[in-house]
Amino acid sequence: MVLTALAVVRMRSLFAVVMLSGIFTLLSALLFVTMDAVDVAFTEAAVGAGITTVLMLGTLALTSRHERPTARSPLIPLFVVFVTGAALIYGTMDMPNFGDPTAPAQTHVGADYIARTPEEIDLPNMVTAVLASYRGYDTLGEVAVVFTAGIGVLLLISGLRRRRRKDEDNEGSA
Amino acid sequence: MRHHLILRVVTKLLVGTIILFGLYVQFHGDFSPGGGFQAGVIIAVAFILYGVVFSLDQVQRVFPPWLVHKLVALGLLLYAGTGLFSFMRGFRYLDYAAFDPHHPSHGQHYGILLVEAGVGITVTGVMVAIYYAFAARTPVISDEEW
Amino acid sequence: MTSEFFFGHLNYWLFIILMMTGLYIVVAKGNLVKKIVGLNIFQTSVFMFYISIGNVTGGTAPIFPLDMKIDPDVIYSNPLPHVLILTAIVVGVATTALGLALIVRIREEFGTIEEDALLELEHEIARKVSDQHGEAMGGRHSGD
Repeated sequence: MVLTALAVVRMRSLFAVVMLSGIFTLLSALLFVTMDAVDVAFTEAAVGAGITTVLMLGTLALTSRHERPTARSPLIPLFVVFVTGAALIYGTMDMPNFGDPTAPAQTHVGADYIARTPEEIDLPNMVTAVLASYRGYDTLGEVAVVFTAGIGVLLLISGLRRRRRKDEDNEGSA
Repeated sequence: MRHHLILRVVTKLLVGTIILFGLYVQFHGDFSPGGGFQAGVIIAVAFILYGVVFSLDQVQRVFPPWLVHKLVALGLLLYAGTGLFSFMRGFRYLDYAAFDPHHPSHGQHYGILLVEAGVGITVTGVMVAIYYAFAARTPVISDEEW
Repeated sequence: MTSEFFFGHLNYWLFIILMMTGLYIVVAKGNLVKKIVGLNIFQTSVFMFYISIGNVTGGTAPIFPLDMKIDPDVIYSNPLPHVLILTAIVVGVATTALGLALIVRIREEFGTIEEDALLELEHEIARKVSDQHGEAMGGRHSGD
């Protein structure tokens, strides 16, 4: 996966970049499966490899297919990236080991949801139970965000076409 | 891509299957991996595939844009309405016990089903609407160029 | 630094490296589509970070048997990060679409999607605007 990401950095052909990002998403979906997150892997594979790639290709068709090399030196971004990375890695030093059952993340609400789902919700899929019931407000908010983003795209792309056509009509009649 | 015979035949076979699979994911999401978000995306992918292989006009004849835009809002309203319903029955907002006060867990089943349906409808609508918006502007590219 | 510590934290470090690759693309590359791809890489590595926090050694996917006969010995992974990331992915694709729509509009308005060229155009417009205003101001002053 790191290799794919690095290849994205080097590539100039945007078509190849988009394809590589699709591969990247599929690999990450596999990683989610190995980390027991089947629902997440499912979504990632459907969304990342399907919708995102189609949308990016659509954008490429509307814009250009090659990247122009930039004249700026990469030193300052590299410096920023290394400092941020070092700070984040320093931050992980205090974190519990990977898969530690006594980690703080496992002992509070997570364990509570697992223990209470059979009695209160009585559904086998805990992810659905938490998503729709215990965290119903969150999901309502997320749906509202998706809704707003959809409206935004429609306003940006399809609404304007109508206005332009009207403008042209006005010009034609004037 | 109208002249690719294999693509067209395979697409015709696949679109129905994909929608069926999406519905399975939607309604079986309580028992196995899946749910409204995934189902919404999968159903949208079926329409997008149809649109890519055939043409935008053809897919819009099956699934017209005004219907898509209505669906986007309908899903969110269904979700919020579920919450309001339990509110009206004297429970807390989005407390699904309102659907069956004697068996709270049955009420949860109904509530989750409705909410997931709302999620699925909105996600399908938004994804298809975004695709329509992009595809409507795409200049026609000959196959050799890709 | 024991080997247990090293291998227990290696996954976090790998995700941070991926995250920084995405950040580098966003900061250093001028092409707007590439910036979006970099943003997606960044986003995905944050997702992986979350999921890896929710993982439990010897655990399994958080789905009970269909007949709800629950074996108390089975360890399940934490479902909470899964829920958060599940919704975040779909929201992520919606926001990506919004960004791409902006790019399409920028391209239509300015004819380019390179950051440098856009900045130049912006300077030019700013210069023109200040020229006009300068003339207007100058005219009023000369009238005095």
